[in-house]
Amino acid sequence: MTHTHSVKSAPRHAALGLTDEQAVAMYEKMILARKFDERGQLLQRAGKVNFHISGINQEPSQVAMAFAMDLKNDWFLPYYRDYAFVLSLGMTVKELMLSLFAKGEDPNSAGRQMPGHFGAKRLRIVTGSSPVTTQVPHAAGFALAAKMRGERSVSLVSFGEGSSNQGDFHEGCNFAGVMKLPVIFVCQNNGYAISVPLSKQTAGRISDRALGYGFPGVQVDGNDVLETYRVFKEAHDRALAGEGPTLVEIVTYRVTPHSTSDNDLVYRTKEEVEIHKAKDGIPAYRRYLTEAGLWSEEQEQELQARIREEIDEATEYGERAPFQAVEDAFRHVYAETANGEAI
Amino acid sequence: MPVIEYIEAIRTAMKEEMERDERVFVLGEDVGLKGGVFGTTKGLQQQFGELRSLDTPLAESAIAGVAIGAAMAGMRPIAEMQYSDFMFPATNQIISEAAKIRYRSNNDWSCPLVVRAPIGGGVFGGLYHSQCPESVFFGTPGLKIVAPATAYDAKGLLLSAIRDPDPVLFFENKKCYRLVSDEVPEGEYTVPIGKSKVMREGDDITVIGYSMPLHFAMQAAEELSRDEGVEAHILDLRTIQPLDREGVLEAAARTGKVLIVHEDNKTGGVGAEVAAIISEELLYDLDAPIRRLCAPDVPAMPINPPGEKHYLLNKDKLKAAMLDLARF
Repeated sequence: MTHTHSVKSAPRHAALGLTDEQAVAMYEKMILARKFDERGQLLQRAGKVNFHISGINQEPSQVAMAFAMDLKNDWFLPYYRDYAFVLSLGMTVKELMLSLFAKGEDPNSAGRQMPGHFGAKRLRIVTGSSPVTTQVPHAAGFALAAKMRGERSVSLVSFGEGSSNQGDFHEGCNFAGVMKLPVIFVCQNNGYAISVPLSKQTAGRISDRALGYGFPGVQVDGNDVLETYRVFKEAHDRALAGEGPTLVEIVTYRVTPHSTSDNDLVYRTKEEVEIHKAKDGIPAYRRYLTEAGLWSEEQEQELQARIREEIDEATEYGERAPFQAVEDAFRHVYAETANGEAI
Repeated sequence: MPVIEYIEAIRTAMKEEMERDERVFVLGEDVGLKGGVFGTTKGLQQQFGELRSLDTPLAESAIAGVAIGAAMAGMRPIAEMQYSDFMFPATNQIISEAAKIRYRSNNDWSCPLVVRAPIGGGVFGGLYHSQCPESVFFGTPGLKIVAPATAYDAKGLLLSAIRDPDPVLFFENKKCYRLVSDEVPEGEYTVPIGKSKVMREGDDITVIGYSMPLHFAMQAAEELSRDEGVEAHILDLRTIQPLDREGVLEAAARTGKVLIVHEDNKTGGVGAEVAAIISEELLYDLDAPIRRLCAPDVPAMPINPPGEKHYLLNKDKLKAAMLDLARF
């Protein structure tokens, strides 16, 4: 973190209402997501899985936004790089591995969808697809339902900066703005839509787009965990207070290729990537926790060992788990009756 | 039994279902205070308030997308597309999202949504207020598609559509709105999705279709009976997805001579699938090649009256095609 605090003032996380346990838990989720993600890449390179898409470097802000949410009442509409986000919402590494290996027990889709296509009703994570940005109007729909039923619930929807050019972004923002719906629109601006850089995606600032829809837009440095948390907490408070949506633009950087099918050095330099790798928010947050007296080398060693074991177990489980039986592969096109017939 | 207009049947279905189930609401352009450009939602906002008869911004993908979100959240939205011609911006939401939500989540999520859209021409609407877009959505698994021809079926099918656990496209024919009136019982009844209905019995030729052209077929059939002694058997598909295979085969087998009619253009239309089903199952029972009478394969109908008339089906076109088939 860039700010240091004096011994007399409250640590930043405490001033924001985060307990020490929460501050530490946030760090653990970032590491868990990072390690899962690295394993995913490795498994693809080793030929164990067909495809992996990474969220590396975006974990700090994803964890921060999850921790600002109410997991019992809010609705979550993530996009495909949101591993740290869904892990923070309660999805397990084992479940992510089942998805990566496309196995039947995968709660997201029973191994039907590509990895990164999250969905789990028990965690209030709404099923998503591959045509980008379709989830944005859905978030407005969830918020509308909450408003109609008088529920204290906020919808959080995330997407990339490429997506912010889709009609569904604008239509969803406009709808939520008109209706003053409790939605938090999250643009994870990582600089690239596959190969096309931000400069060729938009001539303006994404957060400014909110002005056109009559609600605030905020830009935040995604490497600054606590500042990101603060921004989301405020957006959440506004939503619950009936003040309507907020657009949060998280400024981050995609340090990996778009996916395991992409060669990013065709369109950018290694040097550019290295500059951003050096700005990684995770070591910075670790330094913060250490300075706050909440983290030590021993704890780090213990965490790394624990996570390694968890990921090893999940990998083994995911690899061994059966695929969905082909007899079931075509089920659930429509609702079924109790004896398995289509209604 | 009261005789009411087709449009009144649709309105009554929404009103009664909104009274019965507070999860049901309607959203779309002009559906609130104005009550819809055709008057289909007239009175609903006065009775149920602004949220449940919701005027939306002019953005069809949002109308569908917001409705999909609300449906996943447990509501029972009815999304109105002002004209089916304006439904195409919502096509991605309907085909990539609504249709696949249950399947892609392995039954974890569902999308109980109705999209209502007026189809058809004959109202001098020109290219973009007259189209029949069924074939764009037909063949998309995960969607159910209904297209009633009568007031009775309009109400009964709309109630079934609202109560259905999956997304249903409800294609109402705008020409039918005030031209078609028939007996509709008061109160609750449903017409099952996926079941065709025999509109007229006969032993000489079979006409299979849906929506407005069936009324031309019925008029033509009466004249052919009177003037030519030809008795037509007429089947209203009512639901175009899933097609009632048994109903189609039974109707085709009855006469062995089949004419399929619809206002959507011929190539790739619902009629092609109906013909394929009959060919697969009944080829050797046929006494004549299967025929189709549909709109021509041009982008859409012109607004000038002779052009529109030339494009559309009517009683005389039906009569000629039916007689020709009877004489085969």
